[in-house]
Amino acid sequence: MATEAEGGISIHPMDQFIIKPLFGGEHIAFYTPTNATLWMALAVLATIGLLVVGTRGRAIVPSRMQSVAELAYGFVYKMVEDVAGKDGLKFFPYIMTLFMFIVLANFLGLIPMSFTPTSHIAVTAVLAGLVFVTVTVLGFVKNGAHFLELFWVKSAPLPLRPILAVIELISYFVRPVSHSIRLAGNIMAGHAVLKVFAGFAAVAWIAPASILAITAIYALEVLVAFIQAYVFTILTCVYLKDALHPHH
Amino acid sequence: MATESTEAAHGAAEAAGHAAAAGAPGMPQLDFSTFPNQIFWLALTLIAIYLVLSRVALPRIGAVLAERKGTITNDLAAAEELKLKAEEAEQAYQKALSDARAEAQRIVAETRAGIQKELDAATAKANAEIAARAAESEKRIAEIRASAMESVAAVARDTAGAIVGALGAQADASAIEAAVAARLKG
Repeated sequence: MATEAEGGISIHPMDQFIIKPLFGGEHIAFYTPTNATLWMALAVLATIGLLVVGTRGRAIVPSRMQSVAELAYGFVYKMVEDVAGKDGLKFFPYIMTLFMFIVLANFLGLIPMSFTPTSHIAVTAVLAGLVFVTVTVLGFVKNGAHFLELFWVKSAPLPLRPILAVIELISYFVRPVSHSIRLAGNIMAGHAVLKVFAGFAAVAWIAPASILAITAIYALEVLVAFIQAYVFTILTCVYLKDALHPHH
Repeated sequence: MATESTEAAHGAAEAAGHAAAAGAPGMPQLDFSTFPNQIFWLALTLIAIYLVLSRVALPRIGAVLAERKGTITNDLAAAEELKLKAEEAEQAYQKALSDARAEAQRIVAETRAGIQKELDAATAKANAEIAARAAESEKRIAEIRASAMESVAAVARDTAGAIVGALGAQADASAIEAAVAARLKG
């Protein structure tokens, strides 16, 4: 490798994503506790810490933690209400679950030496797949065959409608793909870039620039961690709206 | 973002090169042997978060928010009520004040009228008394004057008689009286 030839630099930006068993061993069975397990469990603990322990006072005038919990609640609640409508509020706990998991996994993943479950396509594909299957089943249960009107654009001229139907159908099935790859890709890319710059910091004359770049990209990643959780959640709301009200 | 992605892609390619050299799979994300493990733990995680949220966290936060909303609404209503009460109290106070003022005016007027009446009565009485006293005094003065005139006439007569006697003539009493009377009239 060219980088190694330059003397001492060894950059392994993807090593941080390797899934390892927590307690030694090589084989990874489906039940083996791994670093992914650890950081998912920490996300659960963080959720409990913020939304349960943080609100234990049930105060009329909230403490700081309770304010943050209420802010998160209000943020997602309003998003579901505004995008999916009043009848979408039944699904608020599910959407809140997705949001809390993604946002906390993202933020915990920004801790140096940590592992980010949401950087793995397996995780995001399951999340997006859950949304896709739920929304599709819900669309047919709620609207029956009328759900197919989602693909039949009535406002378009008749000859165009079959073509549009094909496009709509493709875009509908691409949804889970883009939904999952957007999240995993953003998180993975950011973390990999951080690692690359960190590798360059080993060379004395690049180190200052490298460290500056790490700082800047870290700040960007903090933003991305929240924005990707927000995007995933709001897209879920949009898909939910399509299932509840398939008429354009 | 675009540069970031290309950099990441570059990094990924580099890592893939490394990994290939080391004999391990390129992107850990595409190591399908770890998928069942991740999916299993993700399912547990999501179920755990969902249970915590739906059983404890969301009802609690919802209740707190609703309670706060209710408290604020109640407080606003109470404040409105208290404001009305304060306005009422002020009106009552103003009314009491104006009543008291009117009462005071009435009492002042009444007292003034009473005093005026008493004063008038006293003045009239005093006037009457003064008039009576003056009349009495005038009467007495007239009496004194009359008696004084009489005395003057008597003295004049006596003096005239004596003077006439001293001159050696016998004075006629009636002539002297007539002369004195004529003089006194003058």
